[in-house]
Amino acid sequence: MHTKTLHEIRELINKGEVSCVELTKNTLDRISSVDDKIGAYLQIDEEGALNKAREVDEKIRRGEEVSFLAGIPMAIKDNICVEGLKTTCASKMLQNFVSPYDAHVTKLLKQNDAVILGKLNMDEFAMGSSSENSAFKKVRNPYDLERVPGGSSGGSAAAVAAGEAYYTLGSDTGGSIRQPASLCGVVGLKPTYGRISRYGLVAFASSLDQIGPFTKDVEDCAHVLKAIAGYDEMDSTSAKREVEDYTKYLNQDIKGLRIGIPKECFAEGLNEDVRREIENAIEVLRRLGAEIKEISLPMSKYALAVYYILASSEASSNLARFDGIRYGYRAKDFEDVVDLYVKSRSQGFGDEVKRRIMLGTYALSAGYYDAYYKKALKVRTLIINEYKRAFEDVDVILTPTSPTVAFKIGEKSNNPLEMYLSDIYTVPINIAGVPAISIPAGFVGGLPVGMQLVGNYFDEGTLIKVGHAFERETEFSKVRPSI
Amino acid sequence: MLVTIRDVEYVAKLARLEFTEEQKQRFTEDLNGILNYVEMLNEVDTENVEISIGAYRVENALREDVVKDSFNRDSLLKNAPDSQDGFVKVPKVIE
Repeated sequence: MHTKTLHEIRELINKGEVSCVELTKNTLDRISSVDDKIGAYLQIDEEGALNKAREVDEKIRRGEEVSFLAGIPMAIKDNICVEGLKTTCASKMLQNFVSPYDAHVTKLLKQNDAVILGKLNMDEFAMGSSSENSAFKKVRNPYDLERVPGGSSGGSAAAVAAGEAYYTLGSDTGGSIRQPASLCGVVGLKPTYGRISRYGLVAFASSLDQIGPFTKDVEDCAHVLKAIAGYDEMDSTSAKREVEDYTKYLNQDIKGLRIGIPKECFAEGLNEDVRREIENAIEVLRRLGAEIKEISLPMSKYALAVYYILASSEASSNLARFDGIRYGYRAKDFEDVVDLYVKSRSQGFGDEVKRRIMLGTYALSAGYYDAYYKKALKVRTLIINEYKRAFEDVDVILTPTSPTVAFKIGEKSNNPLEMYLSDIYTVPINIAGVPAISIPAGFVGGLPVGMQLVGNYFDEGTLIKVGHAFERETEFSKVRPSI
Repeated sequence: MLVTIRDVEYVAKLARLEFTEEQKQRFTEDLNGILNYVEMLNEVDTENVEISIGAYRVENALREDVVKDSFNRDSLLKNAPDSQDGFVKVPKVIE
């Protein structure tokens, strides 16, 4: 059962072959049997999940029409609020924080009668590329328990890959959905900035953060995206644009569609085996009638530098709220109120969070603001312009999602810069604010390789179209880890 | 060396963080590593380039000023590290 996709499960429920309660119990059993090894979950709400499943079974029994997501177990990254459940951000700082409200996406999921199983492990405050920065426990890659699942949404990716949820939500500030999706062999989408409300997502870097889905295949992705996208008055940056029915992009032809291959993403730094798999994927799309064009995005080499200045600066400001006063961790012993701030923050935050706060505070401090922060904002403009120009000539841009397959736990944890480089192909997308999806596109030594498709603003539909065409032609999305 | 231990101490003060001597040493190295990498931005000519504060659309989001229910005080105070009589309790701030 746990190897099935969301759409396969929907069909089984609709045919009456499985009840939502059976399905939920089955998934909870799956979690009990594998999560000791994977470490994807930080919190499980068995009672809430079973109550919801019973409610949906009752609706179905009464003959009511239910949503596509109704009664199907899913889980949420632990930086997205679900009322009454803890939202820890995998940090000691928020270890006991119980969310007093629902995020907008949570509200929409509840309207769709989703069965919320619990909250998923991550890098602390979504800062990291390996999920090793969780203050509580590490997440392990379901394809190889000695390797990382990627990050920061490592729990969300691993849970889907290991069959511990039929779909999950994560957040993506510089690749935190797409990179773990790539490393765990699942589909992960970062929508256009503003497509999904950020209300109830604990802020890391507000001008870059987006929530998005993890699923086993592109078809499932279309269904989940449709349910969680849309304008929300509580997020002033969410777009007042109608939500398309993304499922209409399934089973479409891609003949004549123009796919741009940026030569910079195939240069130095890309693992040769990963390159070969991505080149094979390009050939599949060419065979399907897509027009493959080499393009150049010369500014993309500056994206990571821009990202680390902007994301850290925004984080240093956003995380100033964690001061031990109104909520979150408060140190036991302190001399005065300033000492309370200092001790609470120093004891509550982990090293990577402190490193980013320090970098951001430095970049924003008097004398350095123009040299770092303002400079980065200007280069951001050039990167945005470059993407806008590129989409005049192509419909989609294709790159590897990550330069390597999943690396060993501990392999990069002592070298921040090397860790940051695993986001080299995903970071420019957040800087530009365009949507991108990572799709399983190959294997190297039994470990998954992801291909990233990048679309124009609010053109998630074309990503679904191309991704689904690729998926129908290949078997990569059907592979499951042996765990 | 772009950043010295003294800079790290100054920035830590601004950020309300404190470090051991060993941590200061490591953060100095880390920050220098990252800032050396970031130096590449100096290659880019940004004369006459406008800044971008957002990714795509930045527009005013105005709405009617309507009175609505806000959060229930008790539910919010449940997350406070210390509270009394419906207020968050803090150490004495004024002498």
